[in-house]
Amino acid sequence: MSGGCGRNPPPFPDNEDQEAELDTRVLDSDEDDDDEGEDIFTGARSKPITPTSAPDEGDIFSEEGSYIRSDVHHATNGLHSDEELDLFTEATVELTLTNTTSQGRREIIGPTASACNTTHVPNSILKPSIVTKTMEELEEEESGDQFELNIAVTNPEKIGDGMNAYMSYKVSTQTTLPMFLNKTFSVRRRFSDFLGLYEKISAKHSLLGCIIPPPPQKSVVGMTKVKVGKEDSSSAEFVEKRRAALERYLQRVVAHPSLLQDPDVREFLERDELPRAVNTQALSGPGLLKMINRASDAVNKMTIKMNESDNWFESKLQEVENEEQLLRRLHAAVDSLVNHRKELCINTAVFSKSVAMLGSVEENSALSRALSQLAEVEDKMEQLHQQQAFSDFFILAELLADYVRLLGAVRCCFEQRMKVWQRLQEAQSTLQKKREAEAKLLWANKPEKLQQAKDDINEWESKVSQYERDFERVTCTVRKEVLRFEKEKARDFKQHIVKYLESLLHTQHRLVKCWEAFLPEAKAIA
Amino acid sequence: MEVSSAEAALSVSASSIRITDVTQDGDVLTFAIASQKLNSSAGVCVFRIYEDFDWLQQSLFSQENLPGLQGIIFPPLPSKALPSQSNTQTKALKQLGFLALGQDWQSYCKALEFYLQQVAAHPTLCKCKALDSFLINSESPGKQRGRKGIFNRLSQAVEEMRKESHKDVDNFFQNERNKNTNLAALSKVATEKLLDVVMTEQKLALACGHFATSLHLCVNQDDAAAVAFSKVCLKLSDVIEAVNRNFEKVASNDLSTLGLGLDLESRYQEAEKVWECVLMIACKLIELETVKKGTEKAKASKREVMEAFQKAVEKEFNLISSVAKQEIERFHSSRVNVLKNFLIGWCELQLNTAKEFAELYSQHLEACRNMYSE
Repeated sequence: MSGGCGRNPPPFPDNEDQEAELDTRVLDSDEDDDDEGEDIFTGARSKPITPTSAPDEGDIFSEEGSYIRSDVHHATNGLHSDEELDLFTEATVELTLTNTTSQGRREIIGPTASACNTTHVPNSILKPSIVTKTMEELEEEESGDQFELNIAVTNPEKIGDGMNAYMSYKVSTQTTLPMFLNKTFSVRRRFSDFLGLYEKISAKHSLLGCIIPPPPQKSVVGMTKVKVGKEDSSSAEFVEKRRAALERYLQRVVAHPSLLQDPDVREFLERDELPRAVNTQALSGPGLLKMINRASDAVNKMTIKMNESDNWFESKLQEVENEEQLLRRLHAAVDSLVNHRKELCINTAVFSKSVAMLGSVEENSALSRALSQLAEVEDKMEQLHQQQAFSDFFILAELLADYVRLLGAVRCCFEQRMKVWQRLQEAQSTLQKKREAEAKLLWANKPEKLQQAKDDINEWESKVSQYERDFERVTCTVRKEVLRFEKEKARDFKQHIVKYLESLLHTQHRLVKCWEAFLPEAKAIA
Repeated sequence: MEVSSAEAALSVSASSIRITDVTQDGDVLTFAIASQKLNSSAGVCVFRIYEDFDWLQQSLFSQENLPGLQGIIFPPLPSKALPSQSNTQTKALKQLGFLALGQDWQSYCKALEFYLQQVAAHPTLCKCKALDSFLINSESPGKQRGRKGIFNRLSQAVEEMRKESHKDVDNFFQNERNKNTNLAALSKVATEKLLDVVMTEQKLALACGHFATSLHLCVNQDDAAAVAFSKVCLKLSDVIEAVNRNFEKVASNDLSTLGLGLDLESRYQEAEKVWECVLMIACKLIELETVKKGTEKAKASKREVMEAFQKAVEKEFNLISSVAKQEIERFHSSRVNVLKNFLIGWCELQLNTAKEFAELYSQHLEACRNMYSE
């Protein structure tokens, strides 16, 4: 892949290119040409979600990576627990040893039966017996034995006219994972396709207790403007915002080890034509979350104490809810920051004009020239403010917004576990009833119905035991997911701070240049 | 700055005049004014309130026996500040513009200081005894009001004259008048727009502060991941705090240099307008006098008396005219110089601030990168 880049994230693009980059990530052609693909990924990398930094202390990962490449076709990713476990224990493990890398390998451990122990989660569950390597940051690549997957969403194009128009986005993938047909490929997708993807993977995985990344939100107002053909900056901004959000969404999906294995995800990335996703109306992210929220309220009202690990879940859920509130508040603060910066842009532009007019009527020629220069300086500063407002928004505001929704998805996860518990409870209570019924029959001495009763009991006993296993597994999964999520979150935020600082610094340097250019003009006034 | 010369000279150095302190007692602001005596190393310090400044201005206007007084462009005195609590910022901004911003009346004091320096540097005005007394006497000038200077007498006529379009005495003044009208309007606009920019910068600073504080609420020590996340939030908080300080500095730089400069320029343009009107009126009055006397003297038919009178009137007129011309030249070169100094000062301040914060952000970035690659 592009080994040309060093470890550091690419420098912030120049202002002149800024608009172009943000709007259209231009690719030369649609060919699956190895080198051509690099451009978009330069851009794409600027908004990665995977880590570039340290392994974690208290290392739960093995020094050497071992990788699974299993051509697994999950017929169902459902609750066939035994099959799933078998899959992993019997999967071909091809060891690819790398040198000890001290940065950025993403290693997720799949569920193993023996390791799944809800009471001692951190140590036993994360035995590094089977490791799945999923995604790698380009700049962290050392020797070529690591697998990579990079995704970029670019080239928004309006297809059609009027109210039936829609935006089509190019989804490009660059990967060394063998489960894909090619190394580099791209397809065109529309927004409803992304929602359709979410619907599919959510249906399969959320029941297992996975945290499903929520898709970007629908926006009737934003899309209507685009459809109607308003060619102003606000619709361009809307399209860019959506494009970036779709990209982040996909990157999060493929960063999740189970989801990456899902054939629907692969199909989404690879297949040329997707059947049009219908019924995505009710199933946009917030819609789904709302449904689950209502369910969760009902669930929370029940007093359920499962076992001692429950405390962990209870306090974690509380933490998640608190954090969601905090992040909302932070998001509002950043929003206000962005708006003020935009206001500063406008005021600076107006001031610049007023100074230019002053300069034009000024008789003293040196003063007049200085005033014109001043007007230009202010113009440049307006551009800098604009750029910084972009950064504020895309680096900070969108990050916070994403995480508010992700935390919502985490809550869903907890609620799934509740549901599974509920089902177990109900089955247990049904089993109890069946046993009582049997006892009654015995006492009433009605042998003909006894067989039925015994059959019933057997049925429910096996159900109970299955549901117990389900519950164990969900508990396991949720716990792992939450830990993975938290690490991910810390890494994500770290990365974004660095990016933000870089953008601040860049703006500041250009500001210095502006002032340095103006000073001689001021001094030249005579 | 020029030092006054010869008769009835100012006893302190014009450039040494400083307003060193301001105290507020209810509605009243008291200014401490320090200056350096010319022929010794002794310094003088007096305390004055706004009314004393007003008295000084009136005294300058109403100097008797000062030939060509009507030709002088008087340095503009800032309006009176009303510091009472009931005065909201919007009211203060309307009244004083830029001078209302800034901490502890800094900008306002600077403007008053500038006024005193301009008066003391003016070749004619510096000789006014009122100025010397203002700067030196430990006792305040007192309640010596009611001295109707030329300005007061003519203030109403000024308005009327403006409305009518009079042919100017001289083409030179006609040109000046046109230029001045444009410049005055545009300066005012530029000042207002800069004020908008500064207000927004201050709002930005506030928003940053708010954001930085909110980030502190994210601290949570429950487990390793939470600790890591908290560290990140605190780091971001530091960075945003730095951005906050950056904006505060930028706004204050804007205020103290360019803002002040533009405000001064604006007020000077207004002063020039007033000057033109005064000039016109003075000339008009002379005309009227001439006509009046002419009618009277016609009866006496004493040609010598008539001619003598005519000569005297012309002499007065020429004097005013020449003073006026000098003043306008001085005005323009001084104004360009003043603006130049403000622009340089502003640019240097902003450049230093920009460099300072570039350095700070760079340090933060290094710290971030190091912290996270452990």
